[in-house]
Amino acid sequence: MTDAGPRAVPGAGPGGAAGAPGWALLLSALLPGAGHLALGAVGRGVLLVVPWSALLGTLYWARARVFAWEHASLDDFVAAVTAAALLLVLWVGALRDLAGRHVRPEPAGGDSQWVIAARQFRRHRPALAGLALIVLLYIVALLAPWLAPFDPIAQHDIARTSYLSPSATHWLGTDKFGRDILSRIIFGARISLSIGFIATAISVTIGTLIGAVAGYFGGKVDAVLMRGTDLVLAFPRLVLLIMIVALFSPSIPVIILVLGLTQWPGTTRIVRGDVLSLREREYVQAARALGMSRTRIILRHLVPNVLAPVIVTATLGIGNTIVMEASLSFLGLGVQGPTPAWGSMVAEGRDNLLGAWWVATFPGLIIVAVVLAFYLGGDGLRDALDPRLRSA
Amino acid sequence: MMPPAGGPVRTDLPPAGGRAVDDTTAPPDALLEVRDLRKHFPVRRGLFARTVGAVRAVDGVSFWVERGRTLGLVGESGSGKTTTGRTLLRLIEPPAGRARFAGQDIFAMDRRQLRQLRRRAQIVFQDPYGSLDPRMTVGDMLREVLQVHRLAAGRAREARVRQLLDIVGLSPRHAERYPHEFSGGQRQRIGIARALSVQPEFIVCDEPVSALDVSVQAQVLNLLRDLQRELKLSYLFIAHDLGVVEHISHDIAVMYLGRIVELGRAAQVIGTPCHPYTRALLSSVPTPDPVQARARIVLSGDMPSPAQPPSGSPFHPRCPPPRKDADCVRLVPPLAERAPGHFAACIKEPAWR
Amino acid sequence: MTAPATGPGPLLEVRALRTWFHTDAGIARAVDGIDFQVQPGEIVGLVGESGSGKSVTALSIMQLVPRPPGELMAGSSIRFRGEELVGASGARLRALRGADIAMIFQEPMTSLNPVLQVGRQIGEVLRVHRGLAGKAVWRRTVELLELVGIPEPERRSDDYPHQLSGGQRQRVMIAMARAGEPELLIADEPTTALDVTIQAQILDLIAELRARLGMAVLLITHDLGVVAGVCDRVLVMYAGQIVEQGPGADVFREPHHPYTEGLLRAIPRLGHATERLAVIPGAVPSPLAWPPTCRFHPRCPYAWEACAAHAPGLIPLDGRSGASRCWLEPHPERRAGRGYGDVRSGAELP
Repeated sequence: MTDAGPRAVPGAGPGGAAGAPGWALLLSALLPGAGHLALGAVGRGVLLVVPWSALLGTLYWARARVFAWEHASLDDFVAAVTAAALLLVLWVGALRDLAGRHVRPEPAGGDSQWVIAARQFRRHRPALAGLALIVLLYIVALLAPWLAPFDPIAQHDIARTSYLSPSATHWLGTDKFGRDILSRIIFGARISLSIGFIATAISVTIGTLIGAVAGYFGGKVDAVLMRGTDLVLAFPRLVLLIMIVALFSPSIPVIILVLGLTQWPGTTRIVRGDVLSLREREYVQAARALGMSRTRIILRHLVPNVLAPVIVTATLGIGNTIVMEASLSFLGLGVQGPTPAWGSMVAEGRDNLLGAWWVATFPGLIIVAVVLAFYLGGDGLRDALDPRLRSA
Repeated sequence: MMPPAGGPVRTDLPPAGGRAVDDTTAPPDALLEVRDLRKHFPVRRGLFARTVGAVRAVDGVSFWVERGRTLGLVGESGSGKTTTGRTLLRLIEPPAGRARFAGQDIFAMDRRQLRQLRRRAQIVFQDPYGSLDPRMTVGDMLREVLQVHRLAAGRAREARVRQLLDIVGLSPRHAERYPHEFSGGQRQRIGIARALSVQPEFIVCDEPVSALDVSVQAQVLNLLRDLQRELKLSYLFIAHDLGVVEHISHDIAVMYLGRIVELGRAAQVIGTPCHPYTRALLSSVPTPDPVQARARIVLSGDMPSPAQPPSGSPFHPRCPPPRKDADCVRLVPPLAERAPGHFAACIKEPAWR
Repeated sequence: MTAPATGPGPLLEVRALRTWFHTDAGIARAVDGIDFQVQPGEIVGLVGESGSGKSVTALSIMQLVPRPPGELMAGSSIRFRGEELVGASGARLRALRGADIAMIFQEPMTSLNPVLQVGRQIGEVLRVHRGLAGKAVWRRTVELLELVGIPEPERRSDDYPHQLSGGQRQRVMIAMARAGEPELLIADEPTTALDVTIQAQILDLIAELRARLGMAVLLITHDLGVVAGVCDRVLVMYAGQIVEQGPGADVFREPHHPYTEGLLRAIPRLGHATERLAVIPGAVPSPLAWPPTCRFHPRCPYAWEACAAHAPGLIPLDGRSGASRCWLEPHPERRAGRGYGDVRSGAELP
C-alpha cells in the first residue's frame, strides 16, 4: 500500500571488509555460529547453532518423507522451500554478523520510527517470548508434513489404536479414531494460524480504508460509513457468524471470509479517530497546500501514521480470530472433519473428557498458548509503537 | 471635523478620516489583493446540529501584498489572523469576499487552477513538530513534491533536493534523516525548503518563529529575509509578536476580533500608531529594557468571543478612557485613511495627524 | 503560620544543586551545579532557552523531580528558611508545598482540574493548608478571586476552568497559589501561553502581590523581555549552569556573558528595525555531553584557547554587583574587534 515500511536498518549495510579472522569465517561457513562460539560470543553462537542443528536434525529424522519425491504434494514443496530459506538465512546471517562484528558502518540515513520501535520492542521480554513462540509455530506449521510423526487424517485399526494415552509412540495420545493428537495439532496449526492471519489481514485492510476515508472526508461520507460500521458492530458477532456459516456450507475459505468481513469495525473506529485528529495536523495541511491529491494524502501521509495502533489491534485480532475459529469449530460450524482444527479437536474430546482427557486438553492448551503469545506480542508492540513512551 | 470627546454627538456624522480602504485601489504591482474577506464558522448545537450562530473568525478584511514585499499581519490569538492566511490559500473553505492573486480570482478557481496556484503560493507553518510527516525522511518529502508537480526527475531531482537543502542552510546528508532527529530551528528550515520546492512567488508565513527559542528565531528571521531578497518572494507574515513583525515587514496590518484595525507602512504603524489597540499592543510588547518595560498601557479584560462580537467598534469594551463614548458602541468604524497609505478604524482618532 | 521566626538569612538558598537524569542514552546532566539565593520579598528571574535546565531547577526546589529517572546528586542543598529540603520527609514536603512554597505553571488549563469548579479548587487549598471550614472558606475564596482581579468573583467561583479565558485561568492559578499564603512563589513560564496584552496584566498582578504581601517570587521564563519589567535580580542559565547573574537593570543594559549578549541582540526590538539580527551559531549542546570546559565556547564569538582548556567559574564583575562565568572577565581586552556576526547555516548535527 505504501512504502513507509522499515528502511535502512543500522548495521545491515554492507559489512565491513575487516572483521573476524578468516578461520572463524570458514568455521561459520561450515557450521553457522561456530565462528561466534570460537571467538567467545556464546549467546549469538548458541542462537545460531541450535536452530541450524534443529533444522538439520529434522531433515535427517524425516529423511524418508523429505526425499519421497513420488508422493510429493504442495505441502512437501512448501516445507522444502521453508527449510531451504531458513538454512540460507541462518548461514548468511552468521557470516555477515561475523564479518561486520568489529566494524559497524555508520548508517547512511537516520533511524526511522520503525527502527526506533524495533529497538524498544527488543527490551520487552514477554513480548519477545510471545514473538518467539509465534515464529516457532509458523515454522512448525510450514514444516508440518515433515515434523508430524503420523498422518493426521488416516484412520488405521480403530479397535487397537483409539484412545491410547500419551506414550513414547504417541506423545500426546490418540483420539477416538486412533489418530495421533500431536500430528493433528501440528497440522491444525496451519489451519488455525492461516485462518487467523488471512482473516485479520482482510479485516485490517477494509477497516483501515473505511476508517481513513470516513475520517478524512468527514461530513456526510463519514456519517454514512460510520452508521454502517455501527450496524455491523451492533450485530452479535457469533450469531451473525453462525447465520452466515449455516447459509453457506462451512469450508475454510468461507470461514476466512466471514471472519474477515465481520471484524473490521474495531479497526475502522480506531483509524477514523486518529485520522480525524491527524488531518488537522499541519503536515497534512502542508500536503494540501502543496497541491497533492486526496488519494495521495490518505495513502501516503495519513495511513502510515495510523499504522501503529492498527498493527497492535491486528496482532490482538489474530488471537481473537483464532479463538473465534475455535469456537465455530467447537460448535461444529467451523472446519469440518477429518481436517484437523484445534477447535473441533476440543469438541471431539468433549465426549470422553473423563476417559481420555488428553484428547481435548492438549488442543485446548495450545489455543491458550497461541492466543497468549499474540497478546504478549501485541502488548509489546503497543509499548514500542507508542510515541508517548519515547524520548526522541 | 471631530466632535470633542464627551460632547454631544450626532450619530449620522460621516466617519472621521479620509477615504476607506475599500474605496482605495490597490497599487498596480499588488500580487495579492484581498477585499472584504469573511470567514464565519457555524456554531451548531443540539441533537440535530442546528446552526444557532456563527463565529466570525474573519469579518471583512481588505489588504494587499505588493510584489517583493512583506505584509505583517499581527494580532492576538482569536484575532483571525491564521484563518485569514489559510482561507486565502483555500485550506479552509468556503470563504466569502474576494481575493485576487496576480489578477486571478482565488475563490473562483477550479481544481486545476488551484493546483497551479499552489505552485505559486505556499505556506510555512508554526509548529515545527507537527508540520513535518514523522514517517518520511526530509529527502522523501522534497522528492514527493518535485514528483507530484513533475518539476524534476532522476538526477535532476536529486540535485534539486540538495540545492533546496543548501538554500535553507542544511547539508545534503540531512536528506536521509527523519524529522525527529532535528532541532526546532532545523525543522523550520525544512518546512521552508518544502515551501520553496515549487518555486513560489508568495509565501504565507504562519507564525514561523513563535515556537522557537530566541537565538534560533533570529536565524530563521534572517534566513527568510535573505530568501526574500534572493528569490524575489512576497510574504504574508503572520505573528503575534510586534517586534518580530516590525523586523521583517514592510507593511503592517493589526487585527483585532476578525477585523483589521490599523494598516500602513511599518514605520507609520510602529512610529505613529493611530488606533488605541495598536498603542496598547506596542506598549505591552515585552522588551528587555527595564525603563521602557515599566511604562505600559495595561488593557483591562480579555478579547471578547468572536461568536458574540460587541456592537460598534470591536475594541470599545477594552478601550482605555477617556476617548471612547456612546458612538463607539453604536458605529462600526471604517478602516479610513489617516495619512497617505495609513489606515485606522477608530472614529475618535483625528485624521491627518 | 507554623513558620519559625524568619531569621535574617535568605528565604531560599540553593547550593551546588545537581539534578541528573538517567536515560537510555546516558546521564543527562540537566542541572549541573547551580548556586543562588532568594531574599524575602525579592523577585528573581531565572532565564534560559529550552534545555537550559531552568524548569528542572524549579521542580528540584519543589522536590517534584520524578525519581527515577531523575536524581539529586550528593552535595546538593536546598534550604528554605534554613531548613534543608533535600532528603526531607514526604509529609514535611507536602506541608511546605502550597502553604509556604507555591508553584504556578505555564499552561493553566492543564494545571486546573477540568471537572471541578474553580472556587472549590481554591477552597481545597484553604481547607488543607489554612485549616478553614464552612462559610469562611467561601468568603476567603471570593476575597482571593477579587485580589487577583477576577470580575464578579461570587459568580465566577462557580465556573469550571474551561469557562474562563486563558488569562483568567492563570489568575485563578495565582489565587490558588496565594491561598496558602506562601512566602515563595515559583512561577514557571506563567505568561508564555498568554497573549501580550494579557501577559502584561499577569506580570502586573505578580508585581502587585509582591508589593502588597511581601511574597518572594522566582520567575522562570525564556523571555528576557518578561524578566526585564518585574525582576530585581536576574540569573541567566545555559547548559545546566548559571552563566550570568546581577541586578536586572544592569544585566540588560550591559550584559557581560557572551551568551546573554547574544540573546539580547537576537531579539528584534521595536523601533530599532536593524537590517539583520545577531545570531548565536549552532544550537544548545546535548545534556548528555556538555562541552567539558566552558559550555558556551563552541558557539562563542570571543572564544580563544583558554576557553577550550579551562572551565571558568562564576567570576564577580569589576565595578558593579553581579558575576559572569566567562574568561572575558579577567581578560576584557579579548572583546576588542570581535562579536556576533551572522551565519546562515543550520547545520548543527554531526
